[in-house]
Amino acid sequence: MYGPKVKLRFFFILLILSILTLTVFLVLKSLEENVVYFKSPSDVKLMTELKNKKIRIGGMVKKNSIAMSTNEVNFIITDFKNEINVIYSGVVPNLFSEGKGVVAEGFLKDRNFFQASKILAKHDENYMPPEVKAALK
Amino acid sequence: MFKFFEPNKIFLITSKAPKYVMLLFILVLSIGLLEALVLSPEDYKQSHSVRIMYVHVPAAWIALGIFSSITFLSLSGFIFKNKNFFLIAKSLAPSGLVFNIVALVTGSIWGKPTWGTWWAWDARITSMLILAMFYFLYIIAWRIYEEKEQVFKITTLITIFGIINIPIIKYSVDWWNTLHQPASINILSKSSIHSSMLLPLMIMTAAFALFSLLIFLMKYNTELIKLKNKGLDRL
Repeated sequence: MYGPKVKLRFFFILLILSILTLTVFLVLKSLEENVVYFKSPSDVKLMTELKNKKIRIGGMVKKNSIAMSTNEVNFIITDFKNEINVIYSGVVPNLFSEGKGVVAEGFLKDRNFFQASKILAKHDENYMPPEVKAALK
Repeated sequence: MFKFFEPNKIFLITSKAPKYVMLLFILVLSIGLLEALVLSPEDYKQSHSVRIMYVHVPAAWIALGIFSSITFLSLSGFIFKNKNFFLIAKSLAPSGLVFNIVALVTGSIWGKPTWGTWWAWDARITSMLILAMFYFLYIIAWRIYEEKEQVFKITTLITIFGIINIPIIKYSVDWWNTLHQPASINILSKSSIHSSMLLPLMIMTAAFALFSLLIFLMKYNTELIKLKNKGLDRL
């Protein structure tokens, strides 16, 4: 019911879109290393060499792992497979707490110790009133 | 069917409808704000800053929705050689850009107390910023090019490039590690947002959609007046 020119233009647009999608996919795939905002402790374990470069590590703050002293906070980031110890001196965000998501920015001292220069709290996708949270416990 | 497009008939609607849409918008917005700011509970973790979400999330949805619509209209306009589609797309763009900026700004305001930073170069936030740039490009292209055929082609090209970004925005939080949390509302599985918080979110989305419709009708009305002044009774 449509003329041949209409069909031609339709398939031309379709072709452009598929090629563009493929291009963007390949570019993002090869840049994945830089697209991710943080690495997990397991990613750190798999790293072949430790570069002296600023990186971010994210995961959960392990339960009962936060130790606060006068000018330092120590805690463990876990992804439930591997763990990494974090040393940080400075102010932590309000939502930073045990069993919650966290992203630490800083330098790896070795495979198990991380010197953080900035701590960000990661919020999860759960939204509920306090009463509901209490009822869930 | 699009060949028999009559600006005069549509003009009758676009010149009268805004009043009613405006009334409805004010009504829905008042209910939405009351729900969002007063009646809805605070969050167990982030307490009152959850209320920012009732503006942030609808604004982001509308921004994505409008860009998708603009692309669909431009591509259809290009394929079927229908000029009216381009005018509808042009009239939709300003509210899309406004809501895109609203989403970025409110996200930043929410990020400071929650994450501890105003801005992070994570995939969700960066791709949303890129969308704002595409909106900007699209709108200035309409201002720069005078010749109709030229502007139709260039704006279509901009939407083709921009649309690739839309699935990236949507799925960035699932594909990569991002600071931004994954979606709370899922169509197929159970939503991780409590119903008392879902209600104001939905009302605010309706309010923002009505606002977009209002701005669209006013912009489109202007386009039709421009056509009339040129003495054309059809496109």
